[in-house]
Amino acid sequence: MSDDRSDDRQVEPVRPDARSVEPHADGDPYPNPGIEPHLPRPTDVDDKADRRVERQVSTLFAVSALLTLGFCVAYLAIDRYASWAGTNALNLVLGCTLGGALLLIGIGAIQWSKMLMDDHEVVELRHSSGSSHEDQVEALAAFEQGAAESGFGRRRMLRGSLLASLGVLGLPAVILLGDLGPLPGNRPRETVWAKGVRVVSDPDGEPLRLSDIQLGQLVNGQPGVLFETDEEGEPLYEGTERLNAKAKASVILVRIDPADLVNPDSEAKGVEGVLCFSKICTHLGCPISLYETQIRRVLCPCHQSTFDLSDGAKVVFGPAARSLPQLDLGIDDQGYLVALGDFDAIVGPSFPEMTQD
Amino acid sequence: MAGSAHTGDMAQADVAATNGAGTTGTATKRSYGPLAAPTRWLDDRVGLARLARQNMRKVFPEHWSFMLGEIALYSFIVLLLSGVFLSFWFDPSMTEIEYAGSYAPLRGLEMSQAYATTLDLSFDVRGGLLMRQIHHWAANLFLAAMLVHMLRIFFTGAYRRPRETNWLVGLGMLQLGIIEGFAGYSLPDDLLSGTGLRIAEGLMRSIPVVGTYISFFVFGGEFPGNDLIPRLYIVHVLLIPGILLALITLHLLLLVYNKHTQWPGPGRTNNNVVGYPLLPVYMAKAGGFFFVVFGVTALMSALFQINPIWLWGPYNPSEVTAGSQPDWYMGWLEGALRIMPALEFSVFGQTFSLSIFIPGVALMGLLFTILAVYPFAEQWVTGDRREHHLLQRPRNAPTRTAFGAAGITAFGLLWMAGGNDIIAIFFGLDVYAITWVMRVLVFVGPVLAFIVTKRVCIGLQRQATETALHGYESGIIVRSPDGGYSERHVPVSPQKAWALTAHDRTEALPEPPTADEHGVRAPKARVDRVRARLSRFWVGDDHQKPTPAEVEEAQHHGHDEHEAVEEDEQFRGISELGVPRRH
Repeated sequence: MSDDRSDDRQVEPVRPDARSVEPHADGDPYPNPGIEPHLPRPTDVDDKADRRVERQVSTLFAVSALLTLGFCVAYLAIDRYASWAGTNALNLVLGCTLGGALLLIGIGAIQWSKMLMDDHEVVELRHSSGSSHEDQVEALAAFEQGAAESGFGRRRMLRGSLLASLGVLGLPAVILLGDLGPLPGNRPRETVWAKGVRVVSDPDGEPLRLSDIQLGQLVNGQPGVLFETDEEGEPLYEGTERLNAKAKASVILVRIDPADLVNPDSEAKGVEGVLCFSKICTHLGCPISLYETQIRRVLCPCHQSTFDLSDGAKVVFGPAARSLPQLDLGIDDQGYLVALGDFDAIVGPSFPEMTQD
Repeated sequence: MAGSAHTGDMAQADVAATNGAGTTGTATKRSYGPLAAPTRWLDDRVGLARLARQNMRKVFPEHWSFMLGEIALYSFIVLLLSGVFLSFWFDPSMTEIEYAGSYAPLRGLEMSQAYATTLDLSFDVRGGLLMRQIHHWAANLFLAAMLVHMLRIFFTGAYRRPRETNWLVGLGMLQLGIIEGFAGYSLPDDLLSGTGLRIAEGLMRSIPVVGTYISFFVFGGEFPGNDLIPRLYIVHVLLIPGILLALITLHLLLLVYNKHTQWPGPGRTNNNVVGYPLLPVYMAKAGGFFFVVFGVTALMSALFQINPIWLWGPYNPSEVTAGSQPDWYMGWLEGALRIMPALEFSVFGQTFSLSIFIPGVALMGLLFTILAVYPFAEQWVTGDRREHHLLQRPRNAPTRTAFGAAGITAFGLLWMAGGNDIIAIFFGLDVYAITWVMRVLVFVGPVLAFIVTKRVCIGLQRQATETALHGYESGIIVRSPDGGYSERHVPVSPQKAWALTAHDRTEALPEPPTADEHGVRAPKARVDRVRARLSRFWVGDDHQKPTPAEVEEAQHHGHDEHEAVEEDEQFRGISELGVPRRH
């Protein structure tokens, strides 16, 4: 049977040219013994075994059908919010019945193929993946005839103008994408912080006094404008606009014993040892949140860049290349903390035009 | 079989029947003989029988490692099915709303429509959580299967001529799969995935000169903006799956055209395929395997939670969870970002953030460039441009295997570095110390892996020769009349001996002459010299399989010097249990 088959599909064997040779043609230490003789399986020689496997496989298929029905019943019968042992009951039952039903069909089919289907190995000849010489010659001839009939090679002006017109078609494809986004302009350099903007606590929006920030404490802050409303009671910033603003304007406030401050410039921007830094990592923009009180360092949980807050938030470890920008702090007439301007450096990840004005 | 043998006649008869006036029932019935009415209808229109004849009994060889690609294919189908279900409820919108759904802990919170509908899918849509978890597990499985399948292709040399094209198609799918996976897990707009997008935006910004513009065009302005989730959605559900489907089709067509590779063995040559026919064996086996993959994915989704987005909360750019980790296939890039020391400078008003660009952007490009070039580089170095349909055991290509091991080591170390904070907490170690160790190991580890792997491969090659020539150790010690001890070796079967030696000998390219006999310098002499040197490095240390002469000698050797080794009448080898078989 297998011989018929290979004869039937005998295509051109691999060409013995220089590029594709039979690798074991010479120098083989042992002769190729040929395909091993077929060994019968229990199901081939024992009718009982054969029938047993048939019963086995049918049972698998039948149980699968039952599980599928169970899936449908569970969908209708189990409350979608019910919880068993801390897990969603419906999810558990639907998943187990569906998974079981599918798995049993799979196992059954594989068992059928392994135990009951004919397992005589079949030989098929390969052919070289490349075309035959005649095919190549004829294909080339057909192409050349077609090319000649079109005059593509001969009519240079026609060809040139067609290629040029097709070529410029690439331009609209690119230019049409122009409105994917606005040009960056000055946006990456600016935040909503400005002179007089109150520093409020995150997330409740309460204005902060000096006394709200204890020694060794880290307070998350936001610009007060994010919580303010206009005359009509509409928020100044809402929705994604508010998120955009937060992505650059989030700050952390710490109070450090002035005796521990080693950077006079940074100290001057604070009030009585209360300093305000950008919360956005200068590496890839994660919000920095882990404060090691004793050594006054903050660690970015994403890539472990570490900044020394007593030294102007200088990078002391990790991939970040720039200090955290600092906000110049002041106190308004009501005793609340306010910004005296925008950050002293660019917030967030670096970008190519960063050092240009 | 009988049916398909007559296909040629049938086609003739088809023409005859059409040309003749006889479209009457009897004439058609006779000429179409074997085909039943609906099949005949179809065959009249699409030539079904010709197609079926060529492919229905197509032979595929059998080996467990050939299933890895199948897992990738089937998990892709599972992804399509579960993804369609999810798309009925998911709303890819970044519009901020106040959540009023059934999950009490988040009620009243501002969140995007995308996140809110993902919560609805998880809590209110029956089967929604199951489908979400199936989709996520299948995505992880899809990428894992593709990666392991690629390693199988690499280590067995299955990418060699004529399959280089399919290697490139596969690489394309792996890259698309990674982007697809990243886009997919970003869609729910939860705190974890939002952090991932934040990092992705930083990576875009680090691209020299055009980085800011790319970031603004992708995000439709500043991060996070309004546009990203809808854009990622259409990329995730249409653009990339469409390209993937086309590439999968191409991948499988090329597989069918070139026929599957097979392991060398008795009767298996470079010119044939030995295995089982598609119908019925592989229809049942591969079809069944699809159900197994789907079933296991569904069971995992029932029993193991994945990405419980309701625990992460909605995205908020001022929050992050400690121990944030990307999905596993992004872990190596995350690790590279973590261990890279700061490196940033400005020239002519342009800032180059190399500490971000090198690990975050260039590394991925480097990896895929190396992978794409590899088959052609190997061909050039070894000069082997023959068609190969027989797989190589990894040990029989020691240098390639060593390169592969070095690559896996680098990947694995970077992946571990991506969890340096988790490792630090779990083992109570200093995270900075771990980072420093990783910075060193990521260069030293691959070199060590290369050396060790190459030596192990050559050792295994030697062992194979030894076994083929002298048989395996029987464990029986024999004392000769003059007092010497030796261990009896039992010859291996002819099949085993063939399988152990059924690979090519390797030979380094000869050193090219620097000048011809007239003293004229050969053009390209330097290139050829480099190539010869590389080729020596590549195969120079390989252990070669025995020659026929060595086999001859080994047989004599046994007879002449160690009588104890000689096979006697009574000794016929040992059984699988190690008990000597005696008559």
